[in-house]
Amino acid sequence: MPDVHSLVNECVTKLKKRKVEGSKATAKLTAELLRSFISQQRLPHSNQAGSLIDAVKAVGEKLIAANPVELAVGNVVRRVLHIIREEDLSLTTAAVGGLSLAAESDDEDDTEHDDHPVLSATAVAAAARNALRPPSLQTLLEDIPHSVAAPHTSSSGGDSEGKSKSADKNSVTRKLKHNVIEAVNELIQEISTCHEQIAEQAVEHIHHNEVILTLGSSRTVMEFLCAAKEKKRSFRVFVAEGAPRYQGHALAKELAARGLQTTVITDSAVFAMISRVNMVIVGAHAVMANGGVIAPVGLNMVALAAQRHAVPFVVLAGVHKLCPLYPHNPEVLLNELKSPSELLDFGEFSDCLDFGSGTGSPLLHVVNPAFDYVPPNLVSLFITDTGGHNPSYMYRLIADYYSADDLVVRGKSTS
Amino acid sequence: MVAKKGNRGGVGGEDAEEELTRVPLQAILLADSFATLFRPITLERPKVLLPLVNAPMIDYTLAWLESAGVEEVFVFCCAHSKQVIDYLENSKWFGQPNFSVTTIESYNATSAGDALRLIYERHVIRGDFILVTGDTVSNMSLTQALKEHKERRRKDSNAVMTMVIKQSKPSPITRQSRLGTEELFMAIDPNTKQLLYYEDKADTLKGTVSLDKALLIDNSSISLHNDKQDCYIDICCPEVLSLFTDNFLTISTYVVTFQGLLVDDIMGYKIFTQEIHSSYAARIDNYRSYDTVSKDIIQRWTYPLVPDVQFFGNCVTKLERQGTYRASDIGLSRSAKIGPFTVIGSGTTIGNYTEVSNSVIGEGCIIGSNVSIDGCYIWDKVTIEDGCKLKHAIVCDGVIMKSGAVLEAGVVLSFKVIIGQQFGVPAYSKVSLFQQPVKQDSDEELEYADNSSGNIEIASISNTPEKLEEDLTELSDSQIQAASEVGNGGAGFIWSISNEDGNTLPPSGELEPGSVNDSDEDVRDDFAHFEKEVEATFLRAVTKTSKKTMLSYNLTSSDCAGALFYGMMKLALDTPHGSSGELVKNVASVIAKWKKLLKYYLPSLDEEIEVILKFEEMCLESTKEYSSLFVQVLHLLYDKDILQEDAILNWASEKEEADESDKLFLKQAEKFIQWLNEASEEE
Repeated sequence: MPDVHSLVNECVTKLKKRKVEGSKATAKLTAELLRSFISQQRLPHSNQAGSLIDAVKAVGEKLIAANPVELAVGNVVRRVLHIIREEDLSLTTAAVGGLSLAAESDDEDDTEHDDHPVLSATAVAAAARNALRPPSLQTLLEDIPHSVAAPHTSSSGGDSEGKSKSADKNSVTRKLKHNVIEAVNELIQEISTCHEQIAEQAVEHIHHNEVILTLGSSRTVMEFLCAAKEKKRSFRVFVAEGAPRYQGHALAKELAARGLQTTVITDSAVFAMISRVNMVIVGAHAVMANGGVIAPVGLNMVALAAQRHAVPFVVLAGVHKLCPLYPHNPEVLLNELKSPSELLDFGEFSDCLDFGSGTGSPLLHVVNPAFDYVPPNLVSLFITDTGGHNPSYMYRLIADYYSADDLVVRGKSTS
Repeated sequence: MVAKKGNRGGVGGEDAEEELTRVPLQAILLADSFATLFRPITLERPKVLLPLVNAPMIDYTLAWLESAGVEEVFVFCCAHSKQVIDYLENSKWFGQPNFSVTTIESYNATSAGDALRLIYERHVIRGDFILVTGDTVSNMSLTQALKEHKERRRKDSNAVMTMVIKQSKPSPITRQSRLGTEELFMAIDPNTKQLLYYEDKADTLKGTVSLDKALLIDNSSISLHNDKQDCYIDICCPEVLSLFTDNFLTISTYVVTFQGLLVDDIMGYKIFTQEIHSSYAARIDNYRSYDTVSKDIIQRWTYPLVPDVQFFGNCVTKLERQGTYRASDIGLSRSAKIGPFTVIGSGTTIGNYTEVSNSVIGEGCIIGSNVSIDGCYIWDKVTIEDGCKLKHAIVCDGVIMKSGAVLEAGVVLSFKVIIGQQFGVPAYSKVSLFQQPVKQDSDEELEYADNSSGNIEIASISNTPEKLEEDLTELSDSQIQAASEVGNGGAGFIWSISNEDGNTLPPSGELEPGSVNDSDEDVRDDFAHFEKEVEATFLRAVTKTSKKTMLSYNLTSSDCAGALFYGMMKLALDTPHGSSGELVKNVASVIAKWKKLLKYYLPSLDEEIEVILKFEEMCLESTKEYSSLFVQVLHLLYDKDILQEDAILNWASEKEEADESDKLFLKQAEKFIQWLNEASEEE
């Protein structure tokens, strides 16, 4: 299929050339690409899920290699793989004709998906989990008596459809693909609405007359603060400008335009100001499985300052930023060094950069890392689309979204 | 901050552009620099395909053009055009969506001027275009520059060109920029950013720069810079191309184009500058800039065009501590030491106790044990045996260095050279399988003769490329002879050192092989070059103005003739001359050259008399050098049939009635007139 291949290649070059950056943009791009890839993928009659997983893995490997620093790409690939697995599982269990679970959980949780007449299994499963989030272990325990045949039949919402289709082998093929695409659509929906989902919880965290500190700019943080403002909370925001990109300036402008009392400070003034701050709210680039955060450069310093003054350090992260890998994993590229020209004007310093000193390297080096790693013990709370979580709970949340087999995304040919 | 501003402006620029017309942004990429600074390497491979930090230079340029939003690129290939086209056809650049690459091939273009003329004749450029060479490394965003260019153009149709400049301080010792180019002087109007003066061959020894005083009269303020660097990225209007259709312009670099345009105030064309601050732009036109730009890339100034970002099909490379880039599949001995700012390509193996620092090592190299490599550029598939020492050298593809060989600083080993065991290559020497062609430059020839004594064959080699090819076939024979040049069992010829300071570069202004010989001559010689330029300007100015002004101001042709004659004499005078005898010769040659044109403006006796009067005036006022030669020149003009004898006699009789002071030249010419009178009487 040259069409799909060119699509994949285009996407890969976009990622390679850093034309698309930022976790949300790359996550969305990946999800949309995988959706069209899956929809055009022809499946054999036997072992459909297996072949689909292999195909997606092959594409995913390319995408991840294109820009390894964008962890969101890998996250979405793993999410899609997980979706395929779950859909396959629910279909086979339904086909086995087994348990008609009258999904008790369905009634209580389907708040937003009500308009979908055909609910895919994962969507329901995810929704079920959403509702039953905090006592996750309990969910599992509850499941045990029901799931006799398979461990994962926790909530097979679409069993009735599944049953009817199971008679016809051909329709099952289509069913799997259809369900997967349906679920990927949900995923895309989830990625694009994650800001609102997170912002909805703003009122629970920001209180009257509080002072909030943030560094740099994050769309999520901005929406979060604005949502609190719209709910008639009055509070003040300190914005550290976030050198060298100074995105904090843009954030301050935006916040002031929305009528928030905003103060811009330099990054180096954070420690001086932190004692006046009630809460630090920041965005993240990725959240690792151990609860550590890969965040824009400068945040580790802020986190340390916050810890010193016992100020809560809250990280906002959409679910697509949850990465099932650990930071000590060699596959994880923790940082990217950007162009030094963001720091210094090349022309002005060109004489210092001369290589005439005989050593073959200039006496002046400029290092411009894009990210910081904030260890989990410095983070007080994560707020995702599904609610607030402890750093130590991250691995559990991740287990809900990814299956352990997909942690290493590698096409069959290479392994 | 600066970048942000640029971005914001950029968005507006795009809008404006779309409002105007939807002409796809085009670029002309000259895949030939029309220079020989990279010899002997460029004898075998075109410069644009030379690897720069393990990727061909042209890929950097194309990647930048693509990311800058250029939609159509015309790659002009001349020397080794086949290789360039083959490379492009096999690369990913063909068949990209929204980015088309077209190659234009030429065998006889000798300069950038020729190239542009050819492109003009093809009528492929429809709107503003970007003119770059295939050895430009940049990450600048063009939106802002384009927007400003378009705005200026809307206000003033003569603003035909925007050139990109960058701040760069020249070293106070060598008077060269860090890219190894000469110190550059520019006069820029600080308000309009118009380029008023451009001088790259300033006499730095004297420490003076001479500016035309008209500049100071016409402009309220001028800022004179010596800390700017020309990035050789130009945004041009289609009109610029048409300028090159004037056949007189044989131009070797853009630089002269600028001078041509600047001198040409009759046409009123204006060049503007756009200074970039945060982004990077540099052109590699010598070994020094090759070194500098490579290091800038490793230091990530060119982000995202850095080794660990796969901006095109290069292999997966990871950035490690201290700026070390390592491909994923390399064989590195545990005891090998990889120093900071080093790039190691895929498939390379490095032996025990080898030390590498500040170097770039290509793909598939085999490096033995106890090798020391410092500040070197080692290309693909090089074999370096145990115990070799390399310092600040360039080693091309397929070179074999036998054990214990030593490369001193500044050595260049061209393709497939073999260096014998324990052989030390002297500093700044260039080794190639090709023999060095004999240069016509006297000084280089001398040096060369010294070096090549003992090798008789070389003397017979002429400069023509065909000959070079022949030599290649005879290589096996000559290799045996030359074996001793690079040690026991080695293969290659050591080229003479044209310049003591290897990092500072050989003199500029030479041409690629494959160029026509006659144009070779005048470009090579600085003076001849200048002369040609003056002529070109002169002629263009004369033809264009005279036609135009005659029509518009209804001037008599006598005025034109006077002006033209004045220009000719001025030209002869400007040509360096030792004695008055030489000056007369100069005049003779100039007159011989422009006779026809001058004759065109001399339809009757009146005009001829006007010429004599003009000359008289010149001798009296501006150019006193001629005053003693008045009669000789007059005679010359008579001989050449420019002046008829009646004209001279009329002038004489006219002058008879003048004051005594005015008769100075008449007296001088007395004999001549007498002779003329006698001659006419005889008839």
